[in-house]
Amino acid sequence: MFDTSELVINMGPQHPSTHGVLRVVLRLDGEKVVDAEVVIGYLHRGIEKLSENRNWTQIILLTDRMDYVAAATSNVGYCETVEKLMQIEVPRRAKYVRTVLCELQRIASHCLWVGTHAMDIGAMTVFLYAFRERELILDLFEEFCGARLTYNSMRIGGLPQDIPPGWDKKVLAFCDIMDGKLDEYETLLTHNRIWLERTKGIGVIKGPEATALGLCGPALRGSGVARDVRKDEPYAAYDEMEFDVPVGMVGDTYDRYLVRMEEFRQSLRIIRQATAGIPEGPIVGKVPRLIKPVAGETYHAIESPKGELGYFIVSDGKSTNPYRFRVRPPSFCNLQALPRLVRGHLIADVVALIGSIDIVLGEVDR
Amino acid sequence: MADAPEHAPKAAVATGPVEPPPPVDAAIPAFITSLQNGVSGSVAQLSLYLGDWTVIVPASHLIEAATYLRDSADCAFDYLSDLTATDWPPRVAEGRFDVIYMLYSTEHRHRVRLKVKIAEDQPLASVTGVWPAANWLEREVFDMFGVNFSGHPDRRRILMPEDWQGYPQRKDYPLEGPGELLMENPLDWLKLRQAREESDIE
Repeated sequence: MFDTSELVINMGPQHPSTHGVLRVVLRLDGEKVVDAEVVIGYLHRGIEKLSENRNWTQIILLTDRMDYVAAATSNVGYCETVEKLMQIEVPRRAKYVRTVLCELQRIASHCLWVGTHAMDIGAMTVFLYAFRERELILDLFEEFCGARLTYNSMRIGGLPQDIPPGWDKKVLAFCDIMDGKLDEYETLLTHNRIWLERTKGIGVIKGPEATALGLCGPALRGSGVARDVRKDEPYAAYDEMEFDVPVGMVGDTYDRYLVRMEEFRQSLRIIRQATAGIPEGPIVGKVPRLIKPVAGETYHAIESPKGELGYFIVSDGKSTNPYRFRVRPPSFCNLQALPRLVRGHLIADVVALIGSIDIVLGEVDR
Repeated sequence: MADAPEHAPKAAVATGPVEPPPPVDAAIPAFITSLQNGVSGSVAQLSLYLGDWTVIVPASHLIEAATYLRDSADCAFDYLSDLTATDWPPRVAEGRFDVIYMLYSTEHRHRVRLKVKIAEDQPLASVTGVWPAANWLEREVFDMFGVNFSGHPDRRRILMPEDWQGYPQRKDYPLEGPGELLMENPLDWLKLRQAREESDIE
């Protein structure tokens, strides 16, 4: 009487809830997901291969195109790796400005995340609210470097230009605005009954399993692992900043939400300290005119809004381009856990879980 | 890439990565001495550059060394940060590929890099059994370099289309594809395409 066979359906690559061109093949038993297969590569542009055929400065703007909602973080990560390879001392002023930019970028990226994640689940208002504040950050970036999405905002050894006069005051004013707006988001979501029903107990993953699966960033911290590159292996000026690393307890979608909401506040705390403490001085260190690191290899990681963003770069010392350029994309490693997270949940939870691990397909596919 | 066009990039001049040995007075971290004692023959060579320790492991000892690094108390490398490869085509005797494992310990907060040298046709044991995170990362290395991971649960291309020919991240991979051949000599290109289609049908 009843047909109990499994149904295979295809979701994406053109689907509004997949945040780009992600394709998921779902095997369903009724409304339950039995298994999922993630198909990626639709946005593959060969950034690693391209970078191996560009000179060291030209690569900065290619890194913009990976995580395009947090381009400044990718820039900082790349420049710091080359600085480590060439042993360039970066002036403190540049380090502080980098910290401010990275944290502004984290807020912008989390704004986009909270908006789209809530919209996937059905809360339209948060999307409009969050994009309103993201706009303010884009304005600050526009004033700093002239661009609103792909910033190319870093140079090897320091900054492309000094911060505009009065910019730091605008950043502080933004922090004050943002404080109140965060409460607005939380009023809409944190104790909202529908939100709780849709996120609590969905996609539970415990700390040891999350670590073994290579989850990173807020997705790993939501499972209770206090792993934050900013604390563990400080870069830029994070060793001089005071901030806490929020961790979840259950490891479900709701915990990952709470962790990111607290990260908003911690980012504001860092921005306030860093902006108030920007020291006077030069903005670029001693950089040779021709950037050509001696032969050697290094790996350097930073904490992007999505997680551990690492660069592994090999220089052969003979040419003006890297011999090997490898990016450790946090979204790629997080997306790998999606089939594990959706197994056993309802089909409607798939979009909640895709939103919960916060992926950007530009970075997954490179 | 049997039919590499004439505009293939020049052969890479570099013959291998620079792996400076640690200075004589450098303090060897506890996890390396522990690995040396725990799995004999697992440390073929040691290198220290810019504060990063690299351990070169013979391919035959990889799984044993990886399991030891994950499980022993003073190593506790429970997190596989990254897995990638580099291609050094002129290096024939040792094998052209370096497969590199970036390990991190969430408990001790230390890092180490493992490196395995293998030849083009030589299979390498998959570490998916040790760190499940290696699944997609090994698929990407297979996709981009053609490194053959034995024992991988799902060895398919991941970023490139399934029917793609060749391995794009190899240094001898042509930088320009048949597009140029099509413009210069459409008949040759047509023949090439027909031959490919026929071989696909067979």
